[in-house]
Amino acid sequence: MPPNLPLGLPTSLLGLEGATVRFGGRPVLDAVDLEVAEHEVVCVLGPSGSGKSTLLRAVAGLQPLDAGRVTLDGRDQAGVPAHRREVGLMFQDHQLFPQRDVAGNVAFGPRMRGASRTEQRERVEELLELVGLPDAARRSVAALSGGEQQRVALARALAPRPRLLMLDEPLGQLDRSLRERLVVELRELFGRLGTTVLAVTHDQGEAFALADRVVVMRDGRIAQSGTPLEVWQRPADAFVARFLGFDNVVDATVAGQAADTPWGKVPVPEDAPQGARTLLVRPAGVRLVAADAGLRCTVTARTFRGTHVAVHLQPEDAPRLEAACALRAAPEVGDVVGVEFDVAEIVVLG
Amino acid sequence: MERVRSVRGSAARLGLMAVPVAFFAAFFAYPVAAIVARGLKVDGAWRLGRIGEVLGQSDVRQVLWFTTWQAVASTALTLLIALPGAYAFARLDFPGKQVLRAVVTVPFVLPTVVVGTAFLALVGRGGLLDELWGVRLDTTVWAILLAHVFFNYAVVVRTVGGLWSQLDPRQEEAARMLGASRLKAWRQVTLPALAPAVAAAALMVFLFTFTSFGVVQILGGPAFSTLEVEIYRQTSQVFDLSTAAVLTLVQFVAVAAVLVVHAWTVRRRETGLRLVDAATTARRPRGAGQWALLAGVLVTVAGLILLPLAVLVERSLGASGLGYYRALTRADGGTFLVPPIEAIGNSLQYAVAATAIAVVIGGLAAAALTRRDAGRFVRGFDALLMLPLGVSAVTVGFGFLIALDEPPLDLRSSWILVPLAQALVGVPFVVRTMLPVLRAVDVRLREAASVLGASPWRVWREVDLPMVRRALLVAAGFAFAVSLGEFGATVFIARPDSPTLPVAVARLLGRPGEMNYGQAMALSTILMLVCAVALVVLERLRTDRTGEF
Repeated sequence: MPPNLPLGLPTSLLGLEGATVRFGGRPVLDAVDLEVAEHEVVCVLGPSGSGKSTLLRAVAGLQPLDAGRVTLDGRDQAGVPAHRREVGLMFQDHQLFPQRDVAGNVAFGPRMRGASRTEQRERVEELLELVGLPDAARRSVAALSGGEQQRVALARALAPRPRLLMLDEPLGQLDRSLRERLVVELRELFGRLGTTVLAVTHDQGEAFALADRVVVMRDGRIAQSGTPLEVWQRPADAFVARFLGFDNVVDATVAGQAADTPWGKVPVPEDAPQGARTLLVRPAGVRLVAADAGLRCTVTARTFRGTHVAVHLQPEDAPRLEAACALRAAPEVGDVVGVEFDVAEIVVLG
Repeated sequence: MERVRSVRGSAARLGLMAVPVAFFAAFFAYPVAAIVARGLKVDGAWRLGRIGEVLGQSDVRQVLWFTTWQAVASTALTLLIALPGAYAFARLDFPGKQVLRAVVTVPFVLPTVVVGTAFLALVGRGGLLDELWGVRLDTTVWAILLAHVFFNYAVVVRTVGGLWSQLDPRQEEAARMLGASRLKAWRQVTLPALAPAVAAAALMVFLFTFTSFGVVQILGGPAFSTLEVEIYRQTSQVFDLSTAAVLTLVQFVAVAAVLVVHAWTVRRRETGLRLVDAATTARRPRGAGQWALLAGVLVTVAGLILLPLAVLVERSLGASGLGYYRALTRADGGTFLVPPIEAIGNSLQYAVAATAIAVVIGGLAAAALTRRDAGRFVRGFDALLMLPLGVSAVTVGFGFLIALDEPPLDLRSSWILVPLAQALVGVPFVVRTMLPVLRAVDVRLREAASVLGASPWRVWREVDLPMVRRALLVAAGFAFAVSLGEFGATVFIARPDSPTLPVAVARLLGRPGEMNYGQAMALSTILMLVCAVALVVLERLRTDRTGEF
């Protein structure tokens, strides 16, 4: 729940309780509980096959649940067909109707809800203006670029004023620079309109940039839920940590303020849970020192990342480490260096 | 440089086209021209007034009227009955679907004579319905209409269902998310996408039923006669060749018009549609509506397609066990100079020869048509290849009869006449089967091969051939089945001492007596089994379902 909403009010727009979907006996969605408050932007993040798209389809009413329930405004949606749920869904590949032009696509929703011709035209104009394509009404959808298609799909999804807007990999097919620009635009737009959004993506950057709250899914279950900052700072487990791109994850035994790892003794924060745990060392927490101090490693690769250099290190008899170095301080491939660990960048996972 | 290449490309294409063009000129254009000359030329002078005279006759006008309205009615009835089937096969997943898909395709490759005979056994005099409830339909137009539905069910299921199964179901879901009910989403999104395919299928069915011969010949009796039947009657019974020629011309024009419209709809068919893998779109039926629809489709298939075939087999056995089959080996019936069983051997030999011809001619034509930069000239060639499909087998047979019996082409006494006519009818099937596969070969694969040093011939041999080998076999299977069942042309030109199976069946049916009737049923059953075996082999080879048949 976003922090600026008072607690105790019935603000939950969407609720899933024990939502389960099985394909041929295999659970694709496994007893998922999830709430989305009004005006909240929630991003479901997970690798392909984790059940994120099924989650959206279940909420939309396109996929019947095998167990559990979906509520909108507190009302159970069992038996409510997809077209009466008043939720919008933007499909991964947009699914614009090829037989209709841009205006025909955007006007489709209002038309289905019985809007008059004048209302339809006004709504089309308003939305195309909103998504920055004011002159595109009469264009054929086949003639649109990827970015334009994405905007038209958004306009079409917003046109019938859905209670909840769902986005399935909204920027998945676009190239990187366009994606980065659009994600900012979307964020700003949803903030301005107060739209309640449930999006799914496999791209963590997209999720963190878009969402008030991130929900990480794995094998049909929710692995972690929290603000982008919380999830980034304290991944719930090794899966989440690796999915976020952290590779320095090892089994460790924590005792007091130190952990026993294949890399030797590593310092851990004061309040760290004790015993057999999983340890995450962020690349920034791997400090390079002189070869005769700390853990002895050979540099096997270095990758330029713009703001820093990612250095891959191979210790003797231990898993590889990734370190983040300042541009100038980065060693060459083949150099032998020593490694020390910075406690501020170390997390003991649950 | 560019110019040199394009000139060389055109030369290669012309080379490929030369053989099919020569074939069509000699065995299609020339006979048709001979028909026209025979009908409209008297003592070396053209008499176009003859057209008006023939069309002015009231019985001719009646034939025209009946031909048209029964074709329209058959098409409408086929669409009505087969569209739910197309949906079920495209979008529903149920046990036995593959087998059933093959079963509904059986009628399409069945000889029209077998179809006619099967319906005679079901709704004719002494047929199953007659025995059970005293219902006879063979004196009504319903027998013809039902047989036409039986025959063309697969055309709609394949043409419309093939596209339907590849339409992205999420298009409909997108409409539903925007507030459209199931029905509205179907009407607003799916129907417009399907419309060209439905139109193409309807035109095909119209063409097949407009030129229907075997079915009407057997089920129509004296009361109902299509143009095809009338042309046959005028040539072989009334011996009024000029009336037959005029009727042939009328049919030719009608068919050409339908083909032009068909070519246009096919070109429009898939513009801008997002197609997905058909394997991903079918779902198990959900809800009472879908189960009811599936049940309806299964009942229809059982009653309309399986029942006539089952009755045919049952009648062929009759009271005397295998008696009718044994009688086929004797020549003492007086109907034939030879034991009817010899027709099997004749048919197989003719069909093998016809298949070989059709595959060579059709394969060359398809290769010539593959190039994407095909211009107007090549598209015209494409349409020309389709002509024999609609321009009635009777026309072809009649044309052979009057054109190829004198120098320069005197083939009257040659056995090759029958395979040539059958190949002419088989070529369009070969082209239609090969073309989509050839066109689907990625141009970049060919480019990669030539960059690696392969000559154009080697490119074809190393890249195209391995990919189309299967399609080639399927095309051969189709050509074989079509040749085996060919009736309209063969009935004109088969020699009395070497009848084919369909010709033998028709001749047996034309004679009175239980023994002849039973033998006709027995021969039809054999023919059906041969075709069914060919089809099962074909279905196993077939990988894509996007072809037009």
